[in-house]
Amino acid sequence: MLSPSPEKLPSAGLPPTLEPGTSPWRDAWHRLSRNRLAVFGGVILIVLTALCVAGPWFMGNDYQSQDLRLGAVPPNAAHWLGTDTLGRDLFSRLLYGGRISLLVGFIATVVALVIGVTYGAIAGFFGGKLDSVMMRIVDILYALPFTIFVILLMVFFGRNIWLLFFAIGAVEWLTMSRIVRGQIMSIKRMEYIEAARSLGFGRRRIIFRHMIPNILGPVIVYTTLTIPAVMLLEAFLSFLGLGVQPPMSSWGVLIKDGAEKMEEYPWLLIFPATLFSLTLFSLNFLGDGLRDALDVRSSKD
Amino acid sequence: MFRFIARRLLETIPVLFIIVTATFFMVRFVPGGPFDGEKATTPEIRHNLEAYYGLNLPLHQQYLNYLDRVVLHGDLGRSTKYASRTVNEIIADKLPASVELGLLSLTVALVLGLAAGILAAVKRNTFLDYAASAFAMTGICVPTFVLGPLLVLVFAIHLGWFSASGWYGWTDRVLPSLTLGVVYAAYVARLTRGGMLEVLNQDYIRTARAKGASELRVIFRHALRGGLLPVVSFLGPATAGILTGSFVIETIFQIPGLGREFVNSAFNRDYTLVLGTVILYAVLIVGLNLVVDVVQVWLNPKLKFE
Amino acid sequence: MRRLLGFLSVLLCLSAFSGCGPRETAVARGDREQVLHRGMGPDLADLDPALATGTSDYTVLSALFEGLVAEDPKTLAPVPGVAESWEVSPDHLTYTFHLRANARWSNGEAVTARDFLASWRRVLTPALAADNASLLYIVQGAEAFHKGQSADFSQVGFSAPDDRTVRITLEHPAAYFLSLLQHWVWWPVHLPTLEKYGSAFERGNRWGRPETFVGNGPFTLKSWRSGQLLVAEKSATYWDAANVRLQAVHFYPIEDVGAEERAFRGGQLHLTEALPIAKIDAYRKDQPQLLRIDPYLGTYFYRINVTRPFLNERKVRRALALAVDRDNLVGRVLRGGQLPAYAFTPPGTGGYTPEARLGTDFAEARRLLAEAGYPGGKGAPVVELLLNTSENHRLIAEALQEMWRRELGLEVRLVNMEGKSALVARRMGEFQLMRSSWIGDYADPASFLSVWAGDSGNNYTGWSNPAYDQLLYQAARTEDPDARRQLFQKAEALLVDEAPFIPLYYYTHVFLIRPSVKGWYPTLLDHHPYKHVWLEAP
Repeated sequence: MLSPSPEKLPSAGLPPTLEPGTSPWRDAWHRLSRNRLAVFGGVILIVLTALCVAGPWFMGNDYQSQDLRLGAVPPNAAHWLGTDTLGRDLFSRLLYGGRISLLVGFIATVVALVIGVTYGAIAGFFGGKLDSVMMRIVDILYALPFTIFVILLMVFFGRNIWLLFFAIGAVEWLTMSRIVRGQIMSIKRMEYIEAARSLGFGRRRIIFRHMIPNILGPVIVYTTLTIPAVMLLEAFLSFLGLGVQPPMSSWGVLIKDGAEKMEEYPWLLIFPATLFSLTLFSLNFLGDGLRDALDVRSSKD
Repeated sequence: MFRFIARRLLETIPVLFIIVTATFFMVRFVPGGPFDGEKATTPEIRHNLEAYYGLNLPLHQQYLNYLDRVVLHGDLGRSTKYASRTVNEIIADKLPASVELGLLSLTVALVLGLAAGILAAVKRNTFLDYAASAFAMTGICVPTFVLGPLLVLVFAIHLGWFSASGWYGWTDRVLPSLTLGVVYAAYVARLTRGGMLEVLNQDYIRTARAKGASELRVIFRHALRGGLLPVVSFLGPATAGILTGSFVIETIFQIPGLGREFVNSAFNRDYTLVLGTVILYAVLIVGLNLVVDVVQVWLNPKLKFE
Repeated sequence: MRRLLGFLSVLLCLSAFSGCGPRETAVARGDREQVLHRGMGPDLADLDPALATGTSDYTVLSALFEGLVAEDPKTLAPVPGVAESWEVSPDHLTYTFHLRANARWSNGEAVTARDFLASWRRVLTPALAADNASLLYIVQGAEAFHKGQSADFSQVGFSAPDDRTVRITLEHPAAYFLSLLQHWVWWPVHLPTLEKYGSAFERGNRWGRPETFVGNGPFTLKSWRSGQLLVAEKSATYWDAANVRLQAVHFYPIEDVGAEERAFRGGQLHLTEALPIAKIDAYRKDQPQLLRIDPYLGTYFYRINVTRPFLNERKVRRALALAVDRDNLVGRVLRGGQLPAYAFTPPGTGGYTPEARLGTDFAEARRLLAEAGYPGGKGAPVVELLLNTSENHRLIAEALQEMWRRELGLEVRLVNMEGKSALVARRMGEFQLMRSSWIGDYADPASFLSVWAGDSGNNYTGWSNPAYDQLLYQAARTEDPDARRQLFQKAEALLVDEAPFIPLYYYTHVFLIRPSVKGWYPTLLDHHPYKHVWLEAP
């Protein structure tokens, strides 16, 4: 296992664009579609998203109608996943909540990803004074008190869902940028980068075509780690008043509520947590598959 | 290297200055003050309170006074919430428990996380990889506010091995460090695996292998060095966070740490305590990111101190 | 036979030494040693009775200090404390207290009339900015002194004819004055000690530490680790020490109710401060002997901003209040034996039970709303309900939101905010409906109804009514208890009729208690004088 298999032998350190043949993206897609776990993860994600987006249409306004006399009951024929203490159907609350959580997870993570990768790559590539300044700015942003920042955001911009994405994205990109910077610095003196330089490619091309693809592994891994963090952070922001307002809910809020009642009404924790975990596992399978598929070094057999 | 460190230390001065200034004005623009309570106080009492804490002065004057006290005397001021305590005292009182918990959790995180991550990378796509990754994923999927109470229910209440809460003897350290450690272990494991996989394909590893280096040597001497880069980048800020305390863990296990003050000071609008904790955190962030940069060069001899 | 005995004894020894038996819990040990372990909710900010603000502060301070009068453990009626007796003048304006000769501070010095006067002077000193100073305003001249209009303390109605006599002259007769004296702001502090550690008349004095603390209560401060544990141990110098049975009280600040319940179950606590709603039914069913539900002097209600269009119509406000199904709210959502609230003052407050009722009547509510021009909610604007974030507040709000939607066709939007932001919104009147609660300072209707006075700092609704204010003013100056209650009834009827608020429920105190705790009686203010408490292992 530890010895390199023949198909993973190194490519000739030349930028892929110099080689003729199929586009690297089509190659990657081809490899991805052969990775069963990744396909499985992707399918689950698509099904979950579809359920959350379309499901509620078939269930009416059910997430808020209550039955106080019924209260919390375990899963049964009428309520597949049981009800909460106000007698609301957990299944429809989960589907509605999923809309928020998936949306937040997706958008805030993309924001963090784009800013973090670009910022980190620029700082790492150019180094020197620019890097110093950029990284000290990151230090400053790390240290500012997040709670205060969020409350201020609401004071100045009111409450809306875009602010939520912004607030989360604003903190989650910091670590991403530090990771990307470290990786970029470590590969920028590698032979194939020097080779690309000597071929006279522009900096932008070197960064985005040659360096970033080579550090995608950690980036993808950290992205898959950011998504659960973001979904749980949303629950905290709802607490501050930014984010979803009751009776609407989100997976983070449902898990938090369920955790407080796990001994009495375990289904209130188990189902949201299962859905949450299922999403994360799928994301990871997909992420790992993506990483393998985009691995430029193992790509040219 | 010493020039590098010296220059970085110099850079921290403007960084801290900006953080203090920004935080000072941010907390002031947040609605609500330290003396807003459920029951109303009379205007006279409010006025007197503000006078006592110097909150009736023009804001820029307060700011200068604060800088003066902090820079010249190292005095972080009086807490508004705890009438007879200074912020210095509160931090000195609460930081030790947080640091202890943090160091224990970090140990858990590094031991479990590195082991799982290296194993997963080296035995890629085998059962061991899946097992280690599943462990890591569980750590990520189960938030601390679920894991903590769960551990207490099983090990403290059902089995009676530990106390349900408190921070007295060494047995009280076990469950909190485990709860907090497992989350970070999960991050470390995933990042280690990712970083190692990246490196195991690099030319220099193949060169080392071609030269006949033993597999263990390849892994620990060469691959781990490069593979740890993302972990190290992640650990810098994470350590700063973990050492200044975790609100959730400290609340669940009733630990007298700084994490609770960190969060509550913002809710209480305890301006000086917010600033004090932010300064502490900032120093840690700046310091640890410096350590990270040094370690990165040490891990990767191709890098230079720039 | 002998062999069998030998075998048995070996078995016995083995089991005894194997250590497999459960460790002795803190509670079991406490039962043996008369050490009470109790959860106290949020942490204590300070040990100075003049500066304490939270209701949880009382929990600790009442062990460490004692005022002129103490409380009967069952009825909370005034009983002799530092004062062994007192007289009231015929005009009910002057109270003369005779201090007992053996009242001692924990450092052995006598508690004197001068200590009391100095402590009150301290509370009224403007620079100290004591939060509860206004509770002393009932004393002649106190308000003027505190507001800086007079600097002469001898003008304030306190005097000490000798070391063991305290005389207090009131601004107006007040039937509840002795109850008021049980508030911690009236308790004495040892000024000579304070002066050793800083200025006695400024904040930030460091005397309230275990090494320097001096108090006059049945217990004294042994140790205090903020955020972890405060230990009060029996005071040897307390005048009634012979009758104090507890050797120590351990106070645990546990903010998280779930964590507190787990600590209780793990044998670390005799008493909890609270209990999560979800757990109430489980305890009721499986371990009812551990669950206690005591009445508590507090009202949970929604303020209505009567300056806003739509809500400025009395019929709309009444419709909102009438369309709340309180029985289900209390029985199904809260589950803690709370009483449905149909007025503002909790029943039985100082012998007064409001007669006015804002009951539940959906048909009447719909009729009123239609009369106001919004039949079935048509044409009504969306109403915003502001709440400070907490699990329980949210549950209640969600239940009400649904009731109003179903019964009146009104759309209510919930807006949650972090605590202090919500307080600012309240102060600025930037709300339509707002979650609120009021906890009585003392057992008298005035403690509740004064909230709604036009000049009250706690009103916030924009509602005021001169007739209402007049009734309260009269009541404050009426000595006859029956006549006074009649005035309160009239005032409350007026309030309920105009409905600037929606009463929801009267609080109960739901908590867990070990059967070994004796002398812990249900009291309206949740006061439990520790000197009457003891532990008895079952």
